[in-house]
Amino acid sequence: MAKVKYKEILFDPIFKSNPITLQVLGICSALAVTTKLETALVMSLAVTVVVAFSNLFVSLIRNYVPSSIRILVEMTIIASLVIIADQFIKAFAYDVSKQLSVYVGLIITNCIVMGRAEAYALKNPPLQSFMDGVGNGLGYAVILLVVGFMRELFGSGKFFGISIFPLTTDGGWYQGNGLMLLAPSAFFLIAMFIWVLRTFYPEQVEEK
Amino acid sequence: MAKKDSTKKTLLVALGVCFVASILVSTAAVGLNPIQSNNKKLDLLKNILAAGDLYKDGIDIEKTYKKNISSQIIDIRTGKTIPEKKYDAQCNVDDFNVEEMANSLKWGEDIPQNNDIAGIKRKPKAMVVYTVKENENISKFILPIYGKGLWSTLYGFIALDKDLHTIKGFTFYQHGETPGLGGEVDNPKWKRQWIGKQAFDADGNLKIEVIKGIADRGSTHAKYQIDGLSGATLTTRGVNNLVRFWLGENGYGPFLKKMKGGNNG
Repeated sequence: MAKVKYKEILFDPIFKSNPITLQVLGICSALAVTTKLETALVMSLAVTVVVAFSNLFVSLIRNYVPSSIRILVEMTIIASLVIIADQFIKAFAYDVSKQLSVYVGLIITNCIVMGRAEAYALKNPPLQSFMDGVGNGLGYAVILLVVGFMRELFGSGKFFGISIFPLTTDGGWYQGNGLMLLAPSAFFLIAMFIWVLRTFYPEQVEEK
Repeated sequence: MAKKDSTKKTLLVALGVCFVASILVSTAAVGLNPIQSNNKKLDLLKNILAAGDLYKDGIDIEKTYKKNISSQIIDIRTGKTIPEKKYDAQCNVDDFNVEEMANSLKWGEDIPQNNDIAGIKRKPKAMVVYTVKENENISKFILPIYGKGLWSTLYGFIALDKDLHTIKGFTFYQHGETPGLGGEVDNPKWKRQWIGKQAFDADGNLKIEVIKGIADRGSTHAKYQIDGLSGATLTTRGVNNLVRFWLGENGYGPFLKKMKGGNNG
C-alpha cells in the first residue's frame, strides 16, 4: 500500500459501503430511536464516538491481544466506552437519556461496533481505524437522521420538536400518520433508502 | 509469534485491559455524578410542577417551585405532620428519596402481604407531601405514589384539589415499562384523562379505578373510571392498584381524613 486514502476510508461508509444499507447491521436501534430527530441525533453521536474510539483502542493493542481472548477484549473496550457515553448523556442531555432509556446501553450489542473492530481495526493501524470508525458512525448517522426526519415530520408534523404541520388534535389541518410513529415504518424507510442507493451503485446489488 | 498466545501473556493482557477500562469507567461515573444528581433533582421538581399543572417549557424550575410549592413530611399512620426537628439525613424535605426511606430500618416498615396490593413489600412510615399555594390558600395537594407495574416499580405523583376528592394531575417520573405499551403511562393524552376525575364518592369511599379497555362515558361511574392502556393489561392493573393503595387506608387515608376534618371544622 503506497498511500493511505483517508478520505475514502472516511467517506466511503456513508453511501458506498454504508453499514446499515449495505451490510444491514444495527437495524434494531435504527428502528427504536428514530421517532424523533433529537433522539436520533444523540444516538448517532453516541454510536459514532463509540465506534471511532473502540476502533482506535482495538487497533492500538491489536498486536498484543492473544487471539483466544480477542472477542472478550473487544467487548470489554466497547462496553466501557458505551458506559462512559451513557454517563455523559445522562449528565448533559438528561431528557434525551430518559427517552433513549435502554438503547444507549444496547449500543454494546450493536453489530456495527463489533463488526468494525473485528473486520477492520484488528488488521489496520490506529489512525486509519479511527477514521474508519468515524466514517461508519457517520454512515449510521445519515440513515438515522433521514429516517428520523421523515418519521417526525409525517408522524407528528414536527421538525426537531418545532411544529411544521399543525396537527388536527391541536386544531391544525394535518392528520398525523400513526404508522410513522411505529417501528415498522422505519423498516419501509430503510428499505426505500437501500433501493435508492442500489440504483445509484448497481454494484451493491447481490448476484442472484 | 507463538509467545503471544501463552497463558501468561493472555492473563496479562486481560488484566491490563480490565484495569484500564475500570479506571476509565469509574472516573466517568464519579466525575459526572454531581451533574447527574442535579439533573435528577431538577427532573423531580419538574414533575412535581407538572403534576400541579405549573410546568411550562422554558420556565425557571427552581424559582417556580420555591414560589408556589411548600412541602411537609407526614406520618402515614396518623396523618400528622412530623416536626422539622425530627428530620435527619434520610428524612427531610429537600432530599426525600422514597426508595431509601422504604428500605431504611428507622423509617421503613413491612406491609402485611394481604394489604400489599401495590406489590411494594415495604413502605416509608413518613411521606413528603407537597402543597400548591395560590394567594396564601392551599389549592392542591401533590402526593408521591409508587407501585409495581409489569417490569418495574413506577414512581409518580397524584395531585388532588383542595376538596380532596377531585384529581388535578397525574404523572410518573420514573419507570421501566415497555416503550409503546406500558410506557404509554407517559402519554400526555392519557395523563390528561385523570384531570377532573373523582377519587372518592360523596360518602368518602375510594372509587377511582383504571379499568381494562375504554370506560363507558355515559355511565354514572364514568367520573371514577380511567381508560386502561391497550396492550398493557398488567401495567394498567399495576397503576390501578398503586393508586388505590396510596389513596386508601394504608396510604394517605389518615392524612386525607385529617385534612378534610380540618377544612370543614
